[in-house]
Amino acid sequence: MWLALGSAVAAEIPLPERKSGYEFMSRETKAMQDDEVTGPAVLTLLDGEALWGKLGCQGCHKDAAASMKGVAARYPAMVGGKLTTLEQQVRHRNPELRYESRELLALTAFVAKQSRGMPIEASGSKPNVEAGRAFFHQRQGQLNLACASCHDDNWGKKLGGTPIPQAHPTGYPIYRLEWQGVGSFTRRLRNCLTGMRAELLPHGAPELVDLEAYLMWRARGMKMEAPAVRP
Amino acid sequence: MISRRAFLFLSFFAGTARAQLPANIAEIRKAQLQAAINKVVGGAQVRQGKVKLDIPPLIDNGNAVPVTVEVESPMTQADHVKAIHLFTERNPQPYVFTAHLGPRSGKARIATRARIGDSGEVIAIAQMADGSFWQDSVRVIVTLSACLEEGLI
Amino acid sequence: MARVVVNVPAEAKKGEVIEIRTLAGHPMETGFRRTQLGELIPRDIIRSLVCTYNGVEIFRAELHPAIAANPLLTFTTVATESGTLEFRWTGDNGFSVTEKASIKVV
Repeated sequence: MWLALGSAVAAEIPLPERKSGYEFMSRETKAMQDDEVTGPAVLTLLDGEALWGKLGCQGCHKDAAASMKGVAARYPAMVGGKLTTLEQQVRHRNPELRYESRELLALTAFVAKQSRGMPIEASGSKPNVEAGRAFFHQRQGQLNLACASCHDDNWGKKLGGTPIPQAHPTGYPIYRLEWQGVGSFTRRLRNCLTGMRAELLPHGAPELVDLEAYLMWRARGMKMEAPAVRP
Repeated sequence: MISRRAFLFLSFFAGTARAQLPANIAEIRKAQLQAAINKVVGGAQVRQGKVKLDIPPLIDNGNAVPVTVEVESPMTQADHVKAIHLFTERNPQPYVFTAHLGPRSGKARIATRARIGDSGEVIAIAQMADGSFWQDSVRVIVTLSACLEEGLI
Repeated sequence: MARVVVNVPAEAKKGEVIEIRTLAGHPMETGFRRTQLGELIPRDIIRSLVCTYNGVEIFRAELHPAIAANPLLTFTTVATESGTLEFRWTGDNGFSVTEKASIKVV
């Protein structure tokens, strides 16, 4: 297939050296993610479960644990010829759900949880993943940084006292301690762009969808851990 | 009616008499913390021991810091922990929580997630049935997120 | 109504010390944050959690803005008899939520 992408650039993280953001957290923060009863994301999951019934998902998809198993692990995916994120697909019968709304986040977290422990399958088309990879390596913004500058070349080192993770989206939507709530991968990318002093792209921007497809390809085989807790 | 010269002359002395600088934030917070602790213990002496404050010394993110306070006590009617108080040195206000316990608690152990705004001391004080006070404190370091986004969604 | 979670063992032996874990959905707005325009966002927090066991208060906690959003509180009690544990969270702006859990003590 197009696995040749992996060997083309020397700076990319070798597959066996890939680590989830989980590995860079303290023991206590890891415990918050592992707490299935009173972890900070638990309330959002319960909301999501309630919405699964209330918004009509259950009507077609029945029991989420069965029908949604493995789904989040293969998004973004081609739906009707268009590369689609999990959030975009989750709102397919409820387009009134706005990006980053409580309801959409809860439903997405609930769907994503059904893939916990499963390996990520890269499902974007080759042109999308290539475009995402180009974006990842593109220097941009006032600081002239590329995503790869930190996340490929300097992961594990500290930036302002905080360890730099490898940027694998294994746990989205996440409960981010910084946000004091659950948020999507797009929100996290927008935060990065702001931090890099680069041009801010909106939710649903094709560049961000391509980037997500590339990052999921880069994380192929790694285990899903949504909803994760991150600092 | 005072002359301009006299006014300037007098204000010079008034200025030098009040030459000390206003208290800085660290001093204000320290004073607030001491006042809060005094409100709980009165004038009583607070001894080190019996209390175990479990909090990470290096905090990933100050918005949610897991904290557990455990106090050695048989929790009988005669000898039990009446209350556990948690304080921080460097938050805008020093209180975190007060938990009221009793013999029906079985154990004196409270866990929660706190907000710690800045590096400094976190202090847990146990108030015993016999009127004595015991404490444990941990000096923590709080790091900030590398990229602060100030509410960007 | 705000979502809450209470985790109480369904069954316990008489005299056993059981752990009770609670979680309440609430932003715990400190009152120290400001909007982008510099206006102070008013305080809005849960101020107390009270737990009764068959009507008798066995635990009470006072919470302050330094408790993280979506407050977690874990405490213990002695399993004395079968019955109901009732939890009541109260806070600013008339916030009041109750939840019940049953326990069978053998």
